Amino acid sequence: MNDMRIVERAVETRNIKISARGVQVHYGDKHALRDVDVDILDNTVTAFIGPSGCGKSTFLRCLNRMNDTVAVAKVSGTILLDGEDIYDRRVDPVQLRAKVGMVFQKPNPFPKSIYDNVAYGPRIHGLTRNKAELDEVVEASLRKAALWNEVKDRLQEGGTGLSGGQQQRLCIARAIATSPEVLLMDEPCSALDPIATAQVEELIDELRASFSVVIVTHSMQQAARVSQRTAFFHLGNLVEYGETGAIFTKPSDPRTESYITGRIG
Amino acid sequence: MPDIRAGDFLMSVFILILALLVIGLAGFVLCRARAVASVQGNVRQLHSLPGYHGWHGFIMGVLPGLAVLVLWVIAQPMVIERNLSNYFPTAQFEDAAQRTLLMADVRRVAAGLDTAVARGAMNAEESVTLSTDTGSVRDRLASVGVALGAEVTPQVLEAAQAYRAQAATGALWRTVLTLAVAGVAFLWALRLTQGEFRARNRVETVILGLLMLASTIAILTTIGIVLSMLSETIRFASMYPIADFFFGLTWSPNFQGNSELGLLPLLWGTLYISLVAMIVAVPIGLFTAIYLAEYASARVRSVVKPLIEIIAGIPTVVFGLFALVTVGPLIRDWLAVPSGLGSSGSSVMTAGLVIGILNIPFISSLADDIINAVPQSLRDGSYGMGATRSETVRQVILPAALPGIVGAVLLAASRAIGETMIVTMGAGAAARLDLNPFEAMTTITVKIVSQLTGDTEFNSPETLVAFALGMTLFVITLGLNVFALYIVRKYREQYE
Repeated sequence: MNDMRIVERAVETRNIKISARGVQVHYGDKHALRDVDVDILDNTVTAFIGPSGCGKSTFLRCLNRMNDTVAVAKVSGTILLDGEDIYDRRVDPVQLRAKVGMVFQKPNPFPKSIYDNVAYGPRIHGLTRNKAELDEVVEASLRKAALWNEVKDRLQEGGTGLSGGQQQRLCIARAIATSPEVLLMDEPCSALDPIATAQVEELIDELRASFSVVIVTHSMQQAARVSQRTAFFHLGNLVEYGETGAIFTKPSDPRTESYITGRIG
Repeated sequence: MPDIRAGDFLMSVFILILALLVIGLAGFVLCRARAVASVQGNVRQLHSLPGYHGWHGFIMGVLPGLAVLVLWVIAQPMVIERNLSNYFPTAQFEDAAQRTLLMADVRRVAAGLDTAVARGAMNAEESVTLSTDTGSVRDRLASVGVALGAEVTPQVLEAAQAYRAQAATGALWRTVLTLAVAGVAFLWALRLTQGEFRARNRVETVILGLLMLASTIAILTTIGIVLSMLSETIRFASMYPIADFFFGLTWSPNFQGNSELGLLPLLWGTLYISLVAMIVAVPIGLFTAIYLAEYASARVRSVVKPLIEIIAGIPTVVFGLFALVTVGPLIRDWLAVPSGLGSSGSSVMTAGLVIGILNIPFISSLADDIINAVPQSLRDGSYGMGATRSETVRQVILPAALPGIVGAVLLAASRAIGETMIVTMGAGAAARLDLNPFEAMTTITVKIVSQLTGDTEFNSPETLVAFALGMTLFVITLGLNVFALYIVRKYREQYE
């Protein structure tokens, strides 16, 4: 862990990309998330940490309205993306999700070729005009996901035949192929071995140059390694949010300290 | 000699089985108690739980006895039949068909004598000494309500009397041997029972055997069906040129001879009707499944799914009625006659449509399960990319579910090919090679039924052709099923 490096980065000032105010989520009778206020900055990696069931994934899924697909979920409060309310009735969740991409806990490549997996987003959103352009997007995305050299000779083979780490990088390539503005990652390394994890973490750091990245993680080391800002959730509440170095070295809330030192979780 | 009547056969076997169960029950109780007593009530010192010792006692009390009983019941008629051979001329007994007839006579007379004794019209002594010299046996038996087709010959009467005697002796030995084996096994189980005895492992072995037996029965039955059809088909092939059967373009059976038994018109009718059925069933069934699995809310699903599956519970003969009185006339009056394509109430269209409807719940139910088995993570991935529901269904879920869906469609196709009642009532009985779907045609299944119904003997090509048709049908559906399995295996995606 290089805390000095993190502090150094945090000095730069950035724009607010997503601004959430008073976000509440109910799953049926269960109050899963209470009154969350968070500002997520552009070109920053923001980590959500906290014990299981604390609401961090729930909040992540609010940011691209994935909770819409869960029938019993009810979201209230406001979430602004570039100043626009994403829960406004005029916003189509389908278009929103093209701007706010998502990578899931378990690698979930579609049962298609590697090429078709990456081309999926550009195709459904009509982002390219011809095959040559699509080829370019696919190659660029795979390069950004640090997968190009491994798969360039077998683009037409099935995506499910790759190793776990390659599959997850394929899913990242798929998510960035639509050139989103925000990339949400829900525990992207939890199903990967340490080497693949290191590759994905390196990638996340590079992706920061182009997107705002939000990552949910169970590993505090990972949060410290990859993020500039960290939010700590506990029992559906946002306990503390701030600069990563500060959260890990001098947390202001006793609950944060307990979690970081391993006493709750 | 004890007089156990043949009519009591089932009764005595039933009582014997009851006796075995009683021994088994005693075995359960005693072995369990003995196991517990052998460790002075400290059950933890037993290798197996007391219940397992009990079940071991039960199994030992019942199974060996039951095995003896079953073997005896199978063997006894064969032995008696062989013993009776010296009552009849050898030539008569060599011929399988004649022998079957003779033995049927013998059994009938023996049963008649039993009834007569039971009604008191004859005493036991008389039933043994009765002979054809002292008057008509047929009349005597008729007076107690046993009707015989012809006068009883002396040989048959003697054989029947011998049959009764041997059956009675057999029944006695059967009872004695069964009970003896059961008793020995029971005592042995009791002796084995003590703390260290591994009753649990033995019970598990018996359970394994039971399960294997169950699965073997299904397999053996299938093999038996195929073999019986095969032997008749070979007989057919020896009477009728097999090339004419496979490639003949005319189907006109004629019981006086000169039949033309060409398969092709029937095969064409079968495939044509099945094709229409699949054109109806596949899209509707698949769309239903997609709606239920991907779009419908839990409440709608819980109502709609059972309603659709009701169709599967309607007997096919009722569907046949529906085809006959509703769909057939409708298609004739609104499609066939106006377009000038035909005037027949029964047609390929009618039968195909109704079979299609019958197959909708089959396809929708199977496809629904298959679509539900596609992991949620794939849906999330697609929605997370900003795909709409129908894009997700078309581009992610259907490709993932495709092997299973193809399998379901092929299974439905083999059901359509084998369907009988609906085609009988909806498609007519005219064997015809025609492209017009509004004409009456017929299928292999219909012709199998019509060749075998009525007073027929299995010795002419006109009746035996039914087995050749059945064999053809079996091979077609078997091929479809194998192909379906192959597709499913080859293209199945492996999900964790």
